[in-house]
Amino acid sequence: MATDDTQNVIDQPEVMKPRMATIEIAGKKVEVPEGITVVKAMWYAGIDVVRGIGCLGGFCGACATYYRTKDDPKVRTCLACQTAVQDGMCFTMMPPFPARKATYEIQKLQDPKQDLFNFYPEAPLCRNCNACTEACPQRIDVREGVWKAVFGDFKSVSEMFMDCVMCGMCTPVCIADIAPNLVALYVSRAQGAHFAEKPIGLDTRIKEIQDGRFNDEWNNILKMSDKELAEHCATVR
Amino acid sequence: MDIHALQQIVHRTRDARRKQTIPKFSPADRDQLIHKYHPDFRASAYRSIRFGPNEGEKTVVELATLLEGDSPIHDDLDLTPQYQTDVLVIGGGGAGCAAALHAQGAGAKTILATKLRLGDSNSVMAQGGMQVSVAPEDSPVTHFLDTLKGGHMENDHALLKVMVEEGPSIAKWLLELGVLFDRQADGNLHVKKGGGSSKPRLVTCSDYTGLEIMRVLKDEVLNQKIQLLEFAAAIELLSDDSGACTGAIFKDLDNQRHVVVAAKSVILATGGIGRLHIQGFPTSNHYGATGDGLCLSYRMGAKLAHIDTFQYHPSGAVYPEQLIGALVTEGIRSEGGQLVNAKGDRFVNELDTRDVVSSSIIRECEEGRGIRTMSGRVGVWLDTPILDAEHGAGTVEKHFPAMMLQFERFGIDISKDPVLIYPTLHYQNGGVKIDTNSETNVKNLFVAGEASGGLHGRNRLMGNSLLDLMVYGKRSGLTAAGRAGSMKQGKLTLKHLERFRAEAKQHGNVSGVISPMILPAYTRKVG
Ligand SMILES: Cc1cc2nc3c(=O)[nH]c(=O)nc-3n(C[C@H](O)[C@H](O)[C@H](O)COP(=O)(O)OP(=O)(O)OC[C@H]3O[C@@H](n4cnc5c(N)ncnc54)[C@H](O)[C@@H]3O)c2cc1C
Ligand code: SF4
Ligand code: SF4
Ligand code: FES
Repeated sequence: MATDDTQNVIDQPEVMKPRMATIEIAGKKVEVPEGITVVKAMWYAGIDVVRGIGCLGGFCGACATYYRTKDDPKVRTCLACQTAVQDGMCFTMMPPFPARKATYEIQKLQDPKQDLFNFYPEAPLCRNCNACTEACPQRIDVREGVWKAVFGDFKSVSEMFMDCVMCGMCTPVCIADIAPNLVALYVSRAQGAHFAEKPIGLDTRIKEIQDGRFNDEWNNILKMSDKELAEHCATVR
Repeated sequence: MDIHALQQIVHRTRDARRKQTIPKFSPADRDQLIHKYHPDFRASAYRSIRFGPNEGEKTVVELATLLEGDSPIHDDLDLTPQYQTDVLVIGGGGAGCAAALHAQGAGAKTILATKLRLGDSNSVMAQGGMQVSVAPEDSPVTHFLDTLKGGHMENDHALLKVMVEEGPSIAKWLLELGVLFDRQADGNLHVKKGGGSSKPRLVTCSDYTGLEIMRVLKDEVLNQKIQLLEFAAAIELLSDDSGACTGAIFKDLDNQRHVVVAAKSVILATGGIGRLHIQGFPTSNHYGATGDGLCLSYRMGAKLAHIDTFQYHPSGAVYPEQLIGALVTEGIRSEGGQLVNAKGDRFVNELDTRDVVSSSIIRECEEGRGIRTMSGRVGVWLDTPILDAEHGAGTVEKHFPAMMLQFERFGIDISKDPVLIYPTLHYQNGGVKIDTNSETNVKNLFVAGEASGGLHGRNRLMGNSLLDLMVYGKRSGLTAAGRAGSMKQGKLTLKHLERFRAEAKQHGNVSGVISPMILPAYTRKVG
């Protein structure tokens, strides 16, 4: 793991003589260059991080973090790999939340819209408090999504939650103990597997391949010499 | 210099550029450009591997050093297994999930072990899409030829043929699991055109293709109750007397203990090496992309292919500083985004292959036509507002929501302002050599996904990786599972390590590092 400091990407010219910010990481005050990401601030502060970092690109939701800015009592949420630190900021990473995930055989569902209430009986108990929406770093209208799921508008839910990185920050805040992201995941999968149109062209292509429609062409190109093949490739436009 | 002032030239020259078409390079010019500017041709960055299956072949210094590195395992380690399984899948990205699902689906007891959480990988970040020849005017043969051309004719024909032919049925499998690919009005899959491809062939889920596929696959791994070991980093493989693979040793990253898993066969799906930052490049890769699978297989005696070539994605963010190396999807160029230098000129056909486009960006910057940021980095403009100008207001926002959000967080509206980009280390073109069942020359050791090599030749076309993962994930899973029934668990030994260490000794143990790396050393030593 972190045994060798020679590849330290933080010691780049722009951060060698940076403006420093005083921040608080999980209760401990440290000085870090202003403007680096929350993740880089932890590395800079000498903190080894294993849990809480995944893609570093804003897609995996591993780096769910609570933070507060100077003098503002409001605690906000962010993805630590996508957020810059500023002077006076306090933050702490969110541990994994023990939400319950239903298990299901997606293809075998008979009535996916009704089944939602078996898998997630708490979903209709949403009390409209909007805490989930406020917690979402991806700016999804989570509350609206939960309502739509319950009312069977699976298509809208699947579109709304395309941005969901499964960070889980909508879950601990829910006063009805709903895990909105898991509800949405079930709904999106059900939408795809049961309600989306079947693409005819895809089935046609699969059948063409099975029926050997391209066999002559394959035979032709696979016996070409390297030179012939290169020339043939050049003709493809 | 203020970047906002410098970007005015992009706005000023937009109308004139819109009418321009830039021809693709002729094969001769293209070769010359690549040889002069592509990082793969910087001889000083390379050296020969001193011993092992690829002795005498060249690769980048960073990788050669790790390949020759010593194992963290002492030869007296107690090899009594904590777990016993038919199929052990190492890696929780796309290839690993696909392999585990197919292996378990075929009736084999399967364990999926991964370094970080399930799904934390490169696969979730794929934005551009997956190549599948579904359009009526397209065919698997055309897909094959395009890929071959992109790979400089060095792709393994057998591997490639299997991939393009199984593409459509893989798309069907994913649809049945509930993956929401974009559709046309008539319900057919919507396909986009990617760089280096002659036909529109990219199936997409908005610009969240990898995220959508991985959300579904992860959920399915949990639904199928596949046994998971998370925060478990593979640090050594196990072999029997005949050299066949029989399991692996992991380090539990929570408590640093060793965990031994006995398996009838092992599927390595550990992904690429971006986090080695070869030649000092920034990278688009996830935290754990440290090439572990290459080191582990190499010590077992598996042969590697094409490990002297890497993909530098043309468009890594250069500004703002927080996004350094992050990917600006190729989809922007596919839809007409133009590359513009400091003088306001276009300099390459944006849809040429990645190696050509990257080389030309490096050329512009080295010849002084790049734009320098306050922090001293250099890049060229990618004209993103042109998409709204061409296709109507709101296009960028509608087609690239992930990218909009990523930049918006730092106060940049990419539908109004161009972004500054420079090539970023993106993909390992080569890897462990496999056959069409995904098996290596080491019996019962399978490698799938980015860790494997041969299929993409010397340059991978956009969108072919996601397909590669699913096809060879599936094949490795099915083959390994098929074998499990009729097979006994092999003996757990470290014989291969004895052999490797003896060889290293002969060569003076010069590497001086322990491999695999597991995680990059970013933590600053304080005090
Ligand atoms: C930003 C980005 C965008 C991309 N866009 C596209 C695209 O649009 N289309 C396309 O086709 N391709 C794209 N690619 C390429 C493609 O996503 C990757 O090549 C592919 O996802 C690799 O999949 P994989 O399963 O082989 O590896 P990964 O998805 O990277 O998974 C590797 C897994 O192995 C684990 N692991 C690593 N080492 C160990 C160890 N020692 N022990 C245990 N586990 C370990 C990791 O933690 C991870 O879970 C993109 C890549 C990136 C980085
Ligand atoms: S919906 Fe929930 S899990 Fe998804 S991104 Fe928003 S807060 Fe995270
Ligand atoms: S937090 Fe829970 S109760 Fe409140 S709106 Fe969201 S789902 Fe409903
Ligand atoms: S590390 Fe994946 S979203 Fe931040």
